[in-house]
Amino acid sequence: MLKSPICEMLGISYPVFQGGMAWISDGKLAAAVSNAGGLGIISAMNAEAGYLREQIKTARSLTDKPFGVNIMLMSPHADEVAQAVIEEKVPVVTTGAGSPAKYMPAWKAAGIKVIPVVASVASAKMAERAGADALIAEGQESGGHIGELTTMTLVPQVCDAVSVPVLAAGGIADGRGMAASFMLGACGVQMGTRFLVAKECGVHRNYKDMVLRATDISTVTTGRRFGGNTCRCIKNPFSREFLRVEYLPETTAEDVASLGTGALRKAAVEGDTKLGCFLAGQISGMVKEEMTAEQIVKEVCEDCETILKRSQTWVR
Amino acid sequence: MVLEKIKEMLADKLGISADEITAESNFTELGLDSLDIAEMLMNIEAEFGVTVEADASLTTVGAIVAKIEELQK
Repeated sequence: MLKSPICEMLGISYPVFQGGMAWISDGKLAAAVSNAGGLGIISAMNAEAGYLREQIKTARSLTDKPFGVNIMLMSPHADEVAQAVIEEKVPVVTTGAGSPAKYMPAWKAAGIKVIPVVASVASAKMAERAGADALIAEGQESGGHIGELTTMTLVPQVCDAVSVPVLAAGGIADGRGMAASFMLGACGVQMGTRFLVAKECGVHRNYKDMVLRATDISTVTTGRRFGGNTCRCIKNPFSREFLRVEYLPETTAEDVASLGTGALRKAAVEGDTKLGCFLAGQISGMVKEEMTAEQIVKEVCEDCETILKRSQTWVR
Repeated sequence: MVLEKIKEMLADKLGISADEITAESNFTELGLDSLDIAEMLMNIEAEFGVTVEADASLTTVGAIVAKIEELQK
């Protein structure tokens, strides 16, 4: 059995988080992961607080285990969503796309464990200073919005820079990745892409098939030219057209910002393989089977344990 | 026959219709980089039971088709 300070802190059995994926991580998926002993996370995405309250209600009807909510700080509804997690007594909040400092005092006062997603040492330090209980260091192998550093380089540098527990994210989908994360100094992992194909995940069938059929080189990043909004997604007609327009000499940062509008919804809800934006991590090529959340959590943790026990074979 | 199969494989890979691909289609213009081409060659090897070495002259669908047909003789 793996042991980790993050399990004690949050009251979970396995140090495995399911990443908050907009349009994908709903109350049903989060409940399934929490029931499996990990930490399921509902994505508040760009929606109003009412949507989140519905998802929390769904999760509570399916599990009595702790779960989290991921808040995209760039969301126009961030303020009301930040208030909703307090009123709904959500035990864990993860944040992305910005600094959560402004909400931190109210969340801490409500007893919420706050775990920001960070992509650099500086943002890790700032989040710790603001009162973060733990951090998720997410490398650019991850799907969706990403930074520049890889998980391999980011995790140890963040671990060296802060004293709170660090979870690794980006490019992790099996026991090997989880074991490697522990070697880098992390005390747990967050996985998105692997849970995207969980049986309990209600994303469109075509989205799951895009991930299941992906190879090692199937993902690409859009939005790098002007920075600030770099996204990893699966190559398809949408991504090719995005990149073509992005790198035209006359294209401006404002043009690029509007290119992806609505495309994630087209992928996740409508399953539009041509016009949808299928956010997924580089590890997609290794995700080959649809399993239940419980099977995923157990398999990853058991394999990790086996690998960690075997690791002494490298020492004379 | 070989052309139809290659078009089908590429269409599937690119998420477009096979009608959008012709013998004259250039891989770069279709959006394939050198890694995509290497992957495609591996898939072609498995499909046609031939061994194709990566070659800078293989820039179009037609060139690949001709190569496979030559190797199948």
